Amino acid sequence: MTDHHHDHPHDHSELSETDLRVRALESILTEKGYIDPAALDVLIETYESKVGPRNGARVVARAWTDPAFRSRLLSDATPAIGELGYAGRQGEHIVAVENTPELHNMVVCTLCSCYPWPVLGLPPVWYKSAPYRAKAVKDPRGVLKDFGFELAPTTKIRVWDSTAEIRYFVVPMRPEGTDGWSEDQLAELVTRDSMIGTGLAKQPEKVTG
Amino acid sequence: MDGAHDMGGAAGFGPVHPEPNEPVFHAAWERRAFAMTLAMAMPGGWNIDMSRFARENRPGADYLGMSYYQIWLAGIERLMQERHLVEADELAAGKVMHPAKPVAKILTADGVAAMLHRGGPTERPVTAPALFAVGDRVRAKDMHPPTHTRLPRYVRGHVGRIDAIRGVHVFPDSNAHGGGEAPQWLYTVSFNGAELWADAPDPLLEVTVDAFEPYLERA
Repeated sequence: MTDHHHDHPHDHSELSETDLRVRALESILTEKGYIDPAALDVLIETYESKVGPRNGARVVARAWTDPAFRSRLLSDATPAIGELGYAGRQGEHIVAVENTPELHNMVVCTLCSCYPWPVLGLPPVWYKSAPYRAKAVKDPRGVLKDFGFELAPTTKIRVWDSTAEIRYFVVPMRPEGTDGWSEDQLAELVTRDSMIGTGLAKQPEKVTG
Repeated sequence: MDGAHDMGGAAGFGPVHPEPNEPVFHAAWERRAFAMTLAMAMPGGWNIDMSRFARENRPGADYLGMSYYQIWLAGIERLMQERHLVEADELAAGKVMHPAKPVAKILTADGVAAMLHRGGPTERPVTAPALFAVGDRVRAKDMHPPTHTRLPRYVRGHVGRIDAIRGVHVFPDSNAHGGGEAPQWLYTVSFNGAELWADAPDPLLEVTVDAFEPYLERA
C-alpha cells in the first residue's frame, strides 16, 4: 500500500483495480459452482431497497404512540420488533435504549461495524470509519459537534460499544408539537442518525413546512 | 488480538465526516463484495467469528489503508485460500486454474430471504450459574491474546459495573479458531468516563461494553 493510496483510498484507479478484482473473483466462484450470481442480486436488492432505516422509524413511531408496545420494546426488543415483521441477520439480539431529557444514548462498534441491520439496514461509511470508532467512546460530545449539534451540558451521555452480538438501537425523544400525529407522520420525523444517537428526531416544522 | 481494528479512544483520526444522503453502496464492486461475503459463508462453512478474525488479522498499515469492503474482500480471499476453495494463483490470474472442491451447499436466490431471516442467533442454553450479578464491581482483565478477542483495549484493566446479564452466548475467542462455541455468560458492563480517560474526563460520560465472563474478574 503506497502513501498515495493511503491518502486517497477512494481514487479512481484504485476503485477500478478493485472493481476488476471483484469481477474476476465473482466469475471464478461462479465457474467453480460456489455461488449463484442471482443470489447475489437478491442480497443486494434486499439491502438497497427493502431493509433500511425506514424499518426502524416505524418501530420508533409505534413506540411513541403505543405505550404497551413501548414497554415491550424496552424490556425485550427482539420479539417486539418482530411484531412489525423485522427480524434476522444482525438483529438476532436487539436491545432498545431510550433517550430522555436526562440521558442521551449513542451506539458504536469500536472493533468494526456491528449494527442492527433489520431496523437500520447496512451501516453508513462514517459509522465504520476510524474517526467515529476512535472518538465515540472518548469524546461523544465532540462527535455530536461533528454532526452539527450540541447536547445540553447537564445531559448524561451513555455510549454503547457493540462488542458482542447484542445490537443496540436508540429510541429518540418524540418532538414537541406532534400531539395527534399518526404513526406514519411520526415515522417521517425519525432519522437514521437519531436511532444511532448521532442525531435527534426532526422537528415537526421540518416536515410540515 | 491487539490489531489496528481495535480503535476505541485512538488519537489522530480527526473528526467524523457525515455524508448527507449517503447511498447504501458507493461503487458497483462494493455491492458484489458484500453479497459474495454473505453467500460464500454457506459453501465455505466458516462462522462469523472466523470472518472477523480474517479481516482483523493483518498488518496495521494494510488494515488502515484499505476501505471497508476491501477489507471484507481480503477477508473472504483469506478464508477461501485457507480451505483451498480458491488458490492464490487463481486470485492473481483472475481465472480458474484448479478444479473446484466439492461443497455441501450453496446459497440460491430463492434461499436468500430464509437465510437472512434465520440469521445466526448466538444465545445458548444456560448450563452453569452466572458468576456476577447486576451491580457487581468488575475489572476487565488486562489480557492481550494474540488470537481473536472481543474485549477492546481501552477498557482493559479498568473497573466497571455489571449493568445487565445478557444470557449465555457463543464465545468468539474460541469459535474464531475452530475451538467450538464454548458458550459463556455475557454481561453489559458500564464504565465511568473518568475511569477510562483520566486525561479527558467528562463527568457525565458512561461507556458500556458487552463482555464475556472470561474477560472479567471481581474488583
